[in-house]
Amino acid sequence: MNAIIAVSSEGPTLADAVDPRFGRAAGFVLVDPAGNVSYLDNGSSQAMAHGAGLETARRLADAGVSVVLSGVVGPKAAAALKAAGLTAVEGLDGRTVGEAVAAYRAGQTG
Amino acid sequence: MSEIVVLSGKGGAGKTSVTAAFAAMSRNAVLCDLDVDAPDLHILLAPRNSRREPFVAGHLAAIDPARCDGCGECAARCRYGAVSAADRDRFVINPAHCEGCKVCVALCPRQAILFTPRTCGVSAVSDTRYGPFVHARLDPGAENSGRLVALLRQKAKALAKEQGRSLILADGAPGIACPVVSSITGATLAVLVTEPTPSGSHDLGRVAALCDHFKLPTAVLLNKADLNPDEAARIEDACRDAGRPILGQLPYSPDVTAAMAARQTLPEYGGPLAAALAEAWDNVLALAAAPKPQRNLF
Amino acid sequence: MGVMRGGKKGLRLAIASGKGGTGKTTVTAALASVWSQALCRPVLAVDCDVEEPNLHLFLRPVIRRAETAKLEIPMVAEAALCADCGACRELCQFGAVTVMAGKPLVFPEMCHGCGGCLAVCPTGALVAGSRELGRIEEGATETAGYLAGRLRIGEAQSPPLIRAVLARLSKVAEPGADVLIDAPPGVSCPAVTTVSGADAVLLVAEPTPFGIHDFELAVEAFTPLGKPMAVAINRSGPGTPELLALCRGHNLPVVAEIANDRVVAETYARGGLLHEAGAHYRAVCFALARSLAELPQTAREAAHV
Repeated sequence: MNAIIAVSSEGPTLADAVDPRFGRAAGFVLVDPAGNVSYLDNGSSQAMAHGAGLETARRLADAGVSVVLSGVVGPKAAAALKAAGLTAVEGLDGRTVGEAVAAYRAGQTG
Repeated sequence: MSEIVVLSGKGGAGKTSVTAAFAAMSRNAVLCDLDVDAPDLHILLAPRNSRREPFVAGHLAAIDPARCDGCGECAARCRYGAVSAADRDRFVINPAHCEGCKVCVALCPRQAILFTPRTCGVSAVSDTRYGPFVHARLDPGAENSGRLVALLRQKAKALAKEQGRSLILADGAPGIACPVVSSITGATLAVLVTEPTPSGSHDLGRVAALCDHFKLPTAVLLNKADLNPDEAARIEDACRDAGRPILGQLPYSPDVTAAMAARQTLPEYGGPLAAALAEAWDNVLALAAAPKPQRNLF
Repeated sequence: MGVMRGGKKGLRLAIASGKGGTGKTTVTAALASVWSQALCRPVLAVDCDVEEPNLHLFLRPVIRRAETAKLEIPMVAEAALCADCGACRELCQFGAVTVMAGKPLVFPEMCHGCGGCLAVCPTGALVAGSRELGRIEEGATETAGYLAGRLRIGEAQSPPLIRAVLARLSKVAEPGADVLIDAPPGVSCPAVTTVSGADAVLLVAEPTPFGIHDFELAVEAFTPLGKPMAVAINRSGPGTPELLALCRGHNLPVVAEIANDRVVAETYARGGLLHEAGAHYRAVCFALARSLAELPQTAREAAHV
């Protein structure tokens, strides 16, 4: 599977908690197929009066992400992600970023 | 955390008096007035120690008279009738009608139109005898009530999280458009207050349909039920058929106005309405605590 | 649009209130029923409370014509035409259009219908489409013409439909007919849009703490519109002196006082009209109609004192 996974996160590492929000998430931890971890700050969307979800979706698409793991993705952001060919998975809050990635991979292979 | 919003469709059905009564019986709640257009809950909750903040949303267009050459492109483009000719070679924008869409700003050949952030009202977090209270007031004639409602809900949620409070109780707006839509998306339960009058049952139907549209569970409280017992029975039947729980019935009573005049909630005022409301509140809490269907992860 | 002195053009009166449930519809329906008898002039009743239109429940008009009201919004004609320039996304203030992966994406329910994206799209990837706002109904009762807007459930914006109803009003009102407009409650854009389309305003106010508070909001919102304004006090009671004093302070004539009477509430609950609640109320309604017909004149005189 040749996908970059992005997880909405409260911090920059795999040990940080999944941010339940998508558009207003603090940032995203990106995990590439080789397992390299990087961080995409989302502070500028967090501060937007509205349209944060759309702006975040664009940012992730531009970063070459194919899969998004989050808590709740709003309907507009979900439509934008779908239009750009990204897959969004909701309901992963309450875990660490690392656990969310593992759960996604397990769900996908199992 | 559960979020209960009290709605009525029709104004004057008793939404705010009911919300205030629920607030008086609540434990560990954050209270919220989402009727930002004509807020009244503060009259009964007597907020103090208010931390106020201006509400800035959207923009307002204004023509710089020094740069306007009167070509009229803005007036031709504006779909809100906000632009009119001030004199033969100059145009002005009426802020009351400006939608803040930026079309005139973008298409003005002389870049003569300014676009500045618009202050539409004020929001506040206050203390009350029943807990913290998040409220606001939209400026008269202002836009963006939906965004202000969304902002208040965000503040209430953050406050509940920070203070470990398990319930948000909100007074909603009348009607079925933007402030109401903004009040209900993602809430736990809508309490629909109605009265057995032609308007009451008609408007209940519309606000209930709106809640169904957004998949929000609803329950109905029949106020002034004895004004027309036949209509009250019809409303009850219709609710039963639609699977909408009835929380209770309240009689038409001068106590509501008397309590309001004394700046008291109905539980403080006492009497038969207080007892009926206590029962309704127990029913609300039971419904709000009912387990939600679990989302399937993959 | 001013009122002509010669009486050729009718009065266009908005019946408004800050607080919902103060009796706007009760007053509008009663006035529409007695108006032509009291004044020997034709009248048209208009329901601009499009979120919760209730006038028909009391007037029971025969509907002769109904149409769907629409708002022009963009739709994607040909995604392949998109140049990915982002002009639409940069202009839209409402998050209704964006470009994802080189394709335009429209969120119809967010659109305010400004037409900006259509004007700036250089390639024709976006073209004009529409969103249903609701319905506009026309008809008549035995005593009045009838026009109403009814917002589609799920439609979040009511002002575009209100503007469509007012535009229709200009076409259907017979010359010389007076127009009574039931306004939405509140003081934000829907109410102001409605009141802006009238020549004069009747505020229906209730002398309770909520009612008085919202009355003050309504006065603050509508005074800048510069239209003659009068007040009808409904459910008059212990709070009435306070409300009367406020009206004096704002220099607003009080043109009716309706008692807080269970008989009125029960009549309303049965779908009955105010002037049917007894001879006293019938007289109140006739007197109110006559005072309102004089309102522009009264206000002009008051302004010259």
